[in-house]
Amino acid sequence: MSRGTLFDKVWDLHTVGRLPSGQTQLFIGLHLIHEVTSPQAFAMLKERGLKVMFPERTVATVDHIVPTEDQSRPFADPLAEQMMAALEENTQAHQIRFYNVGSGSQGIVHVIAPEQGLTQPGMTIACGDSHTSTHGAFGAIAFGIGTSQVRDVLASQTLALGKLKVRRIEVNGELPPGVYAKDIILHIIRQLGVKGGVGYAYEFAGSTIEGLSMEGRMTLCNMSIEGGARCGYVNPDQTTYDYLQGRCFAPKANWPKGNWTEAVSWWESLRSDADAEYDDIVKLDAGAIAPTVTWGITPGQGIGVDESIPTLDAIAPEERPLAEQAYQYMDLAPGQPIQGTKVDVCFIGSCTNGRISDLREAAQLAQGRRVAAGVKAFVVPGSEQVKQQAEAEGLDQIFIAAGFEWRQPGCSMCLAMNPDRLEGRQISASSSNRNFKGRQGSASGRTLLMSPAMVASAAVTGQVTDVRELMP
Amino acid sequence: MSQPSQVNADIQTVVQMVSGPGLPLVGNDIDTDRIIPARFLRSVTFDGLGEQVFIDDRAAGQHPFDQAAYQNAKILVVNRNFGCGSSREHAPQAIARWGIQAVVGESFAEIFFGNCIAIGVPCVRAEPTAIAQLQKLIAAQPTTILTVDLATQTIQANGQAWPIQIEPGPRQMFLSGTWDACGQLIAQVEAIQTTAQTLPYLTWHT
Repeated sequence: MSRGTLFDKVWDLHTVGRLPSGQTQLFIGLHLIHEVTSPQAFAMLKERGLKVMFPERTVATVDHIVPTEDQSRPFADPLAEQMMAALEENTQAHQIRFYNVGSGSQGIVHVIAPEQGLTQPGMTIACGDSHTSTHGAFGAIAFGIGTSQVRDVLASQTLALGKLKVRRIEVNGELPPGVYAKDIILHIIRQLGVKGGVGYAYEFAGSTIEGLSMEGRMTLCNMSIEGGARCGYVNPDQTTYDYLQGRCFAPKANWPKGNWTEAVSWWESLRSDADAEYDDIVKLDAGAIAPTVTWGITPGQGIGVDESIPTLDAIAPEERPLAEQAYQYMDLAPGQPIQGTKVDVCFIGSCTNGRISDLREAAQLAQGRRVAAGVKAFVVPGSEQVKQQAEAEGLDQIFIAAGFEWRQPGCSMCLAMNPDRLEGRQISASSSNRNFKGRQGSASGRTLLMSPAMVASAAVTGQVTDVRELMP
Repeated sequence: MSQPSQVNADIQTVVQMVSGPGLPLVGNDIDTDRIIPARFLRSVTFDGLGEQVFIDDRAAGQHPFDQAAYQNAKILVVNRNFGCGSSREHAPQAIARWGIQAVVGESFAEIFFGNCIAIGVPCVRAEPTAIAQLQKLIAAQPTTILTVDLATQTIQANGQAWPIQIEPGPRQMFLSGTWDACGQLIAQVEAIQTTAQTLPYLTWHT
């Protein structure tokens, strides 16, 4: 059993008590809600005559269903409009802060909460979305929940949970050029499998992780869930504090009302102890990580861009049935290099890679080049703030000049709940997080996951390309 | 915070035993996008999800959820890491609304497992060899009645029994009828306030 880790400390601080079942009743410091997984929860509250216990600890935005082209109301999709209207009504009725479209602060829930300084070290954060693990980048315990649990948090600000084990994943060394946080996490999932993290929280540590920016750490923690870990985190450090300082909801530095100094010392006290005990430790070498691409139908089916799709004999026996399914569904042959695979659609965005640094990295590759003939490429900023910042830096113009479409913020084609989707057997190069069958809106559509820079490289060449060959 | 008004806060139904025919669904890492594709999440209710369960996989034909022999199934038998991916409760809701009352598998994704508890559907683990035997047995004789018993922690069929596992907390919640935790959680309002007062960040931007 783990001891002295940040996970243990934060868990203990938020423990309200032990329920008769033996489960822990855990206080949730920040509850994020959106239009997809909250309407039924509010309906359950109404049915039971319950109120929201801590409306001031609940924050809403709309992201999954918002169109990224025409955002005028009512939305063209009546179902999307209905969900939007329900969120507007529920947040108003319960006096919950709501970052609506056009507020200047709307965006993907896992992009806007850090942006606003809502996400802070030492918090417990829950949201009806599996990528809530993103917020662990700040040294928070953050995890996804279902709608009945959204109801529980709304009604009590707590959840009934069992404690997770803690695995420390240490990545050391300098990242080679063209290798990003996305590649680190795809590499980790490739090594440990999509089920490897079940029952665990992942603590990401080591010199490589310490060297990542906050946005890189968010990408890393975001995809913990794809490795089976419900939450992943990085211990807070100066990089964390520098990111937070001055943000809207961050503690203020100015005297007499400021709490910044107090906050930093509290955050420091929560870091995993030097002699902390872990349930498991895994060590990886950053130098061995290449730009990584998935070839199959789970995020664990990834390879370096310079590798070939593994043949059956190179795959562990228990993984072979899934590999055979993947060969067939993807229509990619074992032994064939992944490089050179033709793509139809290129998507840059999502809670994994829709932040300003992601757009900068992609724009660097797009600059002075043209999207290949027959390829549809589009960029969806993660939030209104990201969009504004990108436009201030002229990134939108770089993308547009290269033939990319420049869109409004939202989840978009990561899961295709809005009009952005693949058609038929189209194959996408995507900076998102899931390559499941049918994930991007076509029941037979195919997804290759990769970093934003790799997506931009695929866009301008029309095929999977090693970003290192195009880098200046 | 607002004061709670506790009206009809939870549903108390003991879930000790689920008996009925089984449905074998072979394959590892079956994700919630396959169980219920995202386009069916465009709704403010869970209504109608039962008909849409595995809809894209079923389009290929011969899917177990469509086979006549399994139409009365109550126990779904799956393999490793079932329900991975998205946190959508729509996935267990779709399975339950189709008619499934318990799931037996080699392992489950964490969030899917939690969602199943919250809606009163036990997910229990069994050894891979037991799962393979059960899947084979059901396929050979779909009318076989399986019994998942949380009290004895076994699954029984044709006079045979296999051990099953479930964490002690969730097991106790089913056996005591407290799997819907909402009322229990709200009842601790004083302890909740006490904990909240010890968390420095709750007052930092007020």
